[in-house]
Amino acid sequence: MEKVDVIIVGGGLAGLSCAYELSDSGMTVLVLERGDFSGSKNVTGGRLYLRPILNYLPEIWKGAPFERHVTKERITFMGRDNSTTFELYSDRFNEEPYPSFTLLRAKFDRWFSDLVSEKGVFVIPQKRVDDLIREDGKVIGVRSGEEEIGADCVVAADGILSFLAEKAGLRPPFQPKHFAVGFKEVIQLDSETIEDRFGLGEGEGAAQLFIGSITKGRMGGGFLYTNRESLSLGLVIGIESLNSMEPREEIYKWLDEFKERPEIKNLVRGGETVEYSAHLLTEGGIHHMPKVFTDGMLVVGDAAGLGLNMLVTVRGMEYAIVSGVLAGRTIKKAKEMNDFSASSLSEYERLLKESFILQEMKNFQYVPSLLGNQRLFSKYPQLICDLFERVMWVDEEPKGRIYQTKIGELKRQLFSWETFKDWLQFRKI
Amino acid sequence: MKITEKLALDAFKTDRESHIKLDQRICHTCKERFCIYACPANLYSLNEKGEMMVEFAGCLECGTCLIACIYGSVKWNYPRGEYGVQYRYG
Repeated sequence: MEKVDVIIVGGGLAGLSCAYELSDSGMTVLVLERGDFSGSKNVTGGRLYLRPILNYLPEIWKGAPFERHVTKERITFMGRDNSTTFELYSDRFNEEPYPSFTLLRAKFDRWFSDLVSEKGVFVIPQKRVDDLIREDGKVIGVRSGEEEIGADCVVAADGILSFLAEKAGLRPPFQPKHFAVGFKEVIQLDSETIEDRFGLGEGEGAAQLFIGSITKGRMGGGFLYTNRESLSLGLVIGIESLNSMEPREEIYKWLDEFKERPEIKNLVRGGETVEYSAHLLTEGGIHHMPKVFTDGMLVVGDAAGLGLNMLVTVRGMEYAIVSGVLAGRTIKKAKEMNDFSASSLSEYERLLKESFILQEMKNFQYVPSLLGNQRLFSKYPQLICDLFERVMWVDEEPKGRIYQTKIGELKRQLFSWETFKDWLQFRKI
Repeated sequence: MKITEKLALDAFKTDRESHIKLDQRICHTCKERFCIYACPANLYSLNEKGEMMVEFAGCLECGTCLIACIYGSVKWNYPRGEYGVQYRYG
């Protein structure tokens, strides 16, 4: 059996970041990617927050093919036939280094993989890894079709379904409540139209999240990100929440219904859909992560369950990148001691705990239970929209005093035991 | 826009053999049909004999069906290297 120092399974952000970290170590590093090229099997909403990763991978982002730096944040509450939007613009979003960028993974990961290849890492596309090779319980390599390749350390960067973590016995069986599905259209529009419609300067971007009736009371929401010359428009739906829906509905239709809403219709008008994609998101939180190391193997990125729904921000790609770097650092240290046992590789878990990743996941550990609350996706967004609409509405009748009529009504809606319990739950976030 | 038209926008290379296998004995006893409602590509449907079918050629490789089917009927692997969907935007 041929042998290299490190095999990284999966050439996405976690795998490539690990490879990049190892590229100056003198070790032979092999990245096996199942797609035609890195990024060809990846999907994001999405955007990348840069600040969290600058301490770990500071230099490389200058030439990255980002789409737009986000200067406008919008949160939209969707009622059945109305909506209310909060919009944030800040000068700080427009100062370099820009805090976040929208991106498209097929372009972005491909660029990253070229960069890693230039540094001497072998990135082999069209290679699906089928199994781990183990000896006395220790992972000593991988099998891809007929071929077997050995390594001191295997890095499972094989994405959210990580069959490798499962084969290594690190991951408990899947449960619907720990996953959501995101699906989106990429809609082509020229740059100027995008900037005009969203009120953006040249190169600036907007990020918009939607919560409310569009997911019909199911956990989830909508998203809209402006790319350079396209929009990424999609929905995210919690799978358990969907499974428990009665009567059942096919979710793929919900994206068309979302697109038909005037709020969206006017933004995508004249645009041409050029791609339709889907991907899972982790909703399990810190308490449902797999074990991230074993003898001869580390688990990084989505494969390690590193992702977080923080309600108004969604995180994953920064975690993938930084976990990849931390795995790389761990492997370098293990190489110095020539010890790739579980106890040596447990350093990786320690580094993860020290980093912002597991600290954030701990801080937001109660989000998954909150997201089980249907009222968050139906009653409250509707209430906000209806109240605001009544405040703004002018009729034939003399308009009543705002506080007396509207706030009084709000109190009647909100002062219930149910809302009180929701408030207690919300306070933990 | 129909879902089939959306899928036609994507680049697929279809393998001879399906990467999704269903256990008809399990599907036969399933009342909820979670897969039909969850698949974002609308690939699941019942044939005239009442058997669950999946059109693997249009699979977006998200794995939602594998998670949604709590009865364990869906045996799902990634398509072999070279095959399946190839995103150009992602």
